[in-house]
Amino acid sequence: MPRTLDQLAVGEHARVLDVVGDDDISIRLMEMGLVEGTEVRKMGQAPMGDPLEYAVHSSRLMLRRVEAARVQIEG
Amino acid sequence: MSSSSPKSLTIAFIGNPNTGKSSLFNALCGMNARVGNFPGVTVEKKLGSFRDDQGEVTVIDLPGTYSLSARSADELVSVDVLLSRVADAPKLDGVVVIVDATNIERNLYLFSQVRDIGLPILLVLNMWDRIEEEGITIDLGELGKRLGVPIVVTSANRRVGIEEVRRGIRSLAASPAATHPSLFPTSFTEERDKFVSWVREQEAITIPHFLAERTLLDVGGASESHLEQVGVKGLTEYLTAARGRLSQSGCRVPAIETKLRYAWIRETLSGVVHRVENNRLTRSDRLDRILTHRIWGVAIFLFAMFIIFQSIYVGDKVLGQPFGMGESGLFAGLIGNAQSGLTNLVDGSLAPGALQSLLSDGVIAGVGGVLVFLPQIAILFLFIAILEDCGYMARVAFLMDKLMTKLGLSGRSFLPLLSSFACAVPGIMATRVIENRRDRMVTILVAPLMSCSARVPVYVLMVSAFVPPIKIAGGWLSLHALILFAMQMLGAMVAIPVAWSLKRWLFPGQTPPFVMELPAYKWPSWRVLLQRVWERIQSFLVRAGTLILLTSILIWGAGYFPSDHTKLYQLKSELHQKSADQANEASGPDSIAEKEAAIEALKTEINVESSRMIEQSFLGMVGKTIEPTVRPLGWDWRIGVGVLASFPAREVVVATFGTIYSLGSEVDENDQGLQGSLQAATWPDGRKVFTIPVALSIMVFFALCAQCAATLMVIRRETNSWRWPIFTFVYMTTLAYLGALLTFQIGSRIPFLN
Repeated sequence: MPRTLDQLAVGEHARVLDVVGDDDISIRLMEMGLVEGTEVRKMGQAPMGDPLEYAVHSSRLMLRRVEAARVQIEG
Repeated sequence: MSSSSPKSLTIAFIGNPNTGKSSLFNALCGMNARVGNFPGVTVEKKLGSFRDDQGEVTVIDLPGTYSLSARSADELVSVDVLLSRVADAPKLDGVVVIVDATNIERNLYLFSQVRDIGLPILLVLNMWDRIEEEGITIDLGELGKRLGVPIVVTSANRRVGIEEVRRGIRSLAASPAATHPSLFPTSFTEERDKFVSWVREQEAITIPHFLAERTLLDVGGASESHLEQVGVKGLTEYLTAARGRLSQSGCRVPAIETKLRYAWIRETLSGVVHRVENNRLTRSDRLDRILTHRIWGVAIFLFAMFIIFQSIYVGDKVLGQPFGMGESGLFAGLIGNAQSGLTNLVDGSLAPGALQSLLSDGVIAGVGGVLVFLPQIAILFLFIAILEDCGYMARVAFLMDKLMTKLGLSGRSFLPLLSSFACAVPGIMATRVIENRRDRMVTILVAPLMSCSARVPVYVLMVSAFVPPIKIAGGWLSLHALILFAMQMLGAMVAIPVAWSLKRWLFPGQTPPFVMELPAYKWPSWRVLLQRVWERIQSFLVRAGTLILLTSILIWGAGYFPSDHTKLYQLKSELHQKSADQANEASGPDSIAEKEAAIEALKTEINVESSRMIEQSFLGMVGKTIEPTVRPLGWDWRIGVGVLASFPAREVVVATFGTIYSLGSEVDENDQGLQGSLQAATWPDGRKVFTIPVALSIMVFFALCAQCAATLMVIRRETNSWRWPIFTFVYMTTLAYLGALLTFQIGSRIPFLN
């Protein structure tokens, strides 16, 4: 099983492999640029541990942990 | 078409959230914006216009969105406007796509969808002043060539490039629609054409290519439900089969769309956009290190929320202090003064009668009841506009999301609910920041349960009249404070199961995506702030204000008719005469005391007569009729009338009790006379009406009831339907009744309380 986005440590980089699922959440993740080949970096997380913040292209996205777990990554 | 004759144009503005679309809209159209609703949905329709040398240009500002993929009817509106399918929106001559130049990759996704519609496009690269700072260079000439559309660069918040946008819009109309080969493979376009002809055979309607593509791509999306509603039979089966065929040919729906479009974006931007450095922390990142920090971030957040909450609560009073109006509040004081001035004018110039009473007790009081909300609305929306425009609003959602998911809501609901503790009216209006419709609806429906400032007078009156001033915990805490606190918390506690049930039964479905952008911090623009505040005030006054006024007048009528006021007016004229005599004549010293006594006697008589009038009115009759219903709550008909009369606003109950208990309507919650009268009120058999359980039952009722016409009218305005205010009224009144019933029935069985 490939790693998923929620497993990244703060400051760590990765490349997106795939987004699992066909529902609204997955579509939204893909629309926001999380498609195969996109470079991602974890920037931080909210005080209660959720949601998480990522740098995608030059934007900063916040994702809930369950959402980040749908994004498979490598590297 | 001759180019010299004036020609009016209609164009649409579309773009991702946080691209400075509003700044550009304001820079072009100024304060010339009209805000309304698209029919049948909650989406705001914002129209603006400007003139150039060739004629009028109308701008439709579409809501900020990342994609045209429509999941709800609300989101489909943008697609319908772009396809000129909305009945009351004119046909479009072109689209302006506003893009954040510092984040062009993601922003071009929406552009690539809009391009498929086939309208002439003007691409605006906004925030151009920031690309240097971000270390980005964009080869505009090459980009324009590759995209095949005219490009204008702007820094809308500094008003740079506005004239170029104006000229660009004008030349749009003359230019042909941008044509380009489809990004999708032929297997997809063939499937689309097949679908269009299938629909035509089924229902004899021709759907545009773009809509057909959206229907195929958006699984279970809004265009699919729309076609189903129109009556296309066998649609789901057809679409499932079609998507299966597409999947076979290598076009897996829905992933194919994002894959193809982002591949196109990568190709288009390669060699055109250069970034110096990708991994360095931006200024915003460094700020976020503090502002979303687990200790500092939370502390700053709590402080900011406290300031906002306090400002809504006491802002008007603080402003009033330098003018000696710290007690009433600056604006509320001015309204109050204007109100009493006008009332005196009316009373002085009109003979006592129905018209005079309608004007002073119905119209003037009703207008005052509308205007009194303005300071709270203005203050809250100024803060919301600042938070949104500087980028902090997204951090509020970021910090609060985990907590709010426990209530089944998201971080976006936090600020509207917090504001509702001061006043539900601006709180409900603030739910616009909630993108998801279900979350927004649940937030709107529970917001009126939060204990607002209008409930305080009711609590204070009841507590100070009936709860003994016992100190507990070694004198640190009074029983009064404890009960006030419990009442403040009650609504919020009840809101948790209510929100949960609404989610479960009324708005079921999957958890919506939360995925949101944390925009870069920037200084807010004063123009945008003022425009937002003005829009909200305007929308409240026009859409809700008129209905609130109408309600006040109706309740006035119910309390006035059909009683015979002849005697009351005689007494009032007499009082008027006597007061005038006393003021004018400097007669002997012995008669002054005598006259004063006579005036006092007359006033008492008037108050008794006023009480009789309300007893004989429709309101009194209804109160007496429903007495058996409120009896189990421990109430007599007078309390029932007080509750009925407070439909326009909860705090009215204090004045109504004043009238009913023959003290006149000028009393407030701290009035000793009113407290005494309540304490002395008895049932026909001599038992006291008000006991501690009755006082508590009244407080619980007012904590949970929906006796606030303004809130209900704002719900009507925000949901664009009568269904939801009616629903809110029914569910809250039911809860209030049950709560009060429980309180009295339990309370009256506890010996200590009786």
